[in-house]
Amino acid sequence: MQNPSAQTGMSGMSGTAAGAPASRRIIPIASAHSGAASAGGCSSSSCGSGEGPADMPAHIWEKVKDHPCYSSEAHHHFARMHVAVAPACNIQCNYCNRKYDCANESRPGVVSEKLTPEMAGKKVLAVAAEIPQLSVVGIAGPGDALANPAKTFKTFELIQQSAPDIKLCLSTNGLALPDHVETIKKFNVDHVTITINMVDPEVGQHIYPWIFHNHKRYHGLEAARILHERQMLGLEMLTAAGILVKVNSVLIPGINDHHLKEVNKVVKAKGAFLHNIMPLISDPAHGTHFGLTGQRGPTAAELKALQDECEGDMKLMRHCRQCRADAVGMLGEDRSQEFTSDKLDAIAATYDPTARQAYRDFVEKERADQRAAEAEKKAGLAGASEKALVAVATKGGGRINQHFGHASEFQVYEVSAAGAKFVGHRKVEHYCAGGYEEEEAMPSILDALQDCAAVLVAKIGHCPMKELQAAGIEPVQDYAHEYIEASALAWFQQRLERRQGATSLVA
Amino acid sequence: MAYKINASACTACGACEQECPNDAIYEKNGLFAIKADGCTECIGHYDDPQCIAACPADCIVVDKSVPRYQA
Repeated sequence: MQNPSAQTGMSGMSGTAAGAPASRRIIPIASAHSGAASAGGCSSSSCGSGEGPADMPAHIWEKVKDHPCYSSEAHHHFARMHVAVAPACNIQCNYCNRKYDCANESRPGVVSEKLTPEMAGKKVLAVAAEIPQLSVVGIAGPGDALANPAKTFKTFELIQQSAPDIKLCLSTNGLALPDHVETIKKFNVDHVTITINMVDPEVGQHIYPWIFHNHKRYHGLEAARILHERQMLGLEMLTAAGILVKVNSVLIPGINDHHLKEVNKVVKAKGAFLHNIMPLISDPAHGTHFGLTGQRGPTAAELKALQDECEGDMKLMRHCRQCRADAVGMLGEDRSQEFTSDKLDAIAATYDPTARQAYRDFVEKERADQRAAEAEKKAGLAGASEKALVAVATKGGGRINQHFGHASEFQVYEVSAAGAKFVGHRKVEHYCAGGYEEEEAMPSILDALQDCAAVLVAKIGHCPMKELQAAGIEPVQDYAHEYIEASALAWFQQRLERRQGATSLVA
Repeated sequence: MAYKINASACTACGACEQECPNDAIYEKNGLFAIKADGCTECIGHYDDPQCIAACPADCIVVDKSVPRYQA
């Protein structure tokens, strides 16, 4: 991403840096077109970015429905990739350093291989050929997309020529944004992420030591003031142009923690579509200013408290994975190693737009079918007052289709009479790590799932099944390869019935 | 030439290259370098040398092996 930042993920995706499974949410805050904001059956409690077509105006749904970062439903079916064509940055953030060459960590601002626009165009074709789910290509750094305008827009041009069905998006710190809104429109980019960590330069001076603007380096308060003004102007210009804006904010305890409520209010008023509050990553090993000064990141509880305060009566999207600037694949996975430059030509040659369209058609039907199945199960639960959390092992496609031992994360759903709602993901170590580390992985898996009543899997071995049962988590294989939401609700209904049976026996 | 790039600190981001008013910065073996006879220290162009102001790694320094540029 752009800022030299180690944190401002594009839309965020893949795993957390140091393995801390801190939860994070994307909070939908407004519709891009204020006039149409409440059309389309959007009630105050269900309006959201991530949900179905009934939850937002049709023209917004059309924009977000296949974007894995803007729609939590889409993130089951569609994949994204970042192309690392933008290494330069025009500001310094205290949570970022300029080294971006570690293949072993997953966080914004980090890539393994810089690409030229030509290589990026080829890589996109190769990934599109290999991964039919690919719907979005973003430029998120490792510097700032708009601090490298020539490379960024050349890349967009090449992708648009060779694979016009792919959506383009970018992420920026906002400093150069007002200069490029016209070009962004020209390339039909309809999603832009701006990292906004403050709306008050007094706060900003503790986050940004300097910026480079108009051929001059500015420091301190003046730098923060200019950055703030440019971010606000850019946000307003994008909103006026009908481009969906996601605002990412890095939560830095003691610096902008209370202030982010004000940021939320301001960006919402200016028309941002989503707000994604992410925890500071400040591992000293990353060599960032904050890492070296011992600035801590937020605890999960602090993050959640702030998110809860900002969410108001709005629904949440919680599937951001804070991904790398060269991530490839479904959210939560990174297949970038399969697409290093030496392999691109051969793979790109197999690009077939018909197969990609066939996949989209299939997904369209599958999603309608899944929604109908969920609605049917939900109707059976009317009146139930309980809630439960259910963990699911899935490889994507909206189905329970992964073996317990192969899961590197579990998706967590809250089931109730209101339906099955995606509430987050839990990163775990593989249970099956090659044969003999199982014993070690299990305690951390149990810990990650401790608040879940059940775990729905395609299959599970005897030993982990016993351990889950002993920990009070019900392992369920009955819904292997079935739809996630409908299955979670069916399981929940059975549980309620079993309980009722038990109660009536006692009575 | 008056400036040079400290190769061990350069992250090869190219921020300097796109700012140089003299096109005196070029990529060499994956890193960037300044052409001695092209650099004017930005005198006559800007108040500050652009490569130094733009460099996120702060790795551009005065090259003492050559005389300072005289406008």
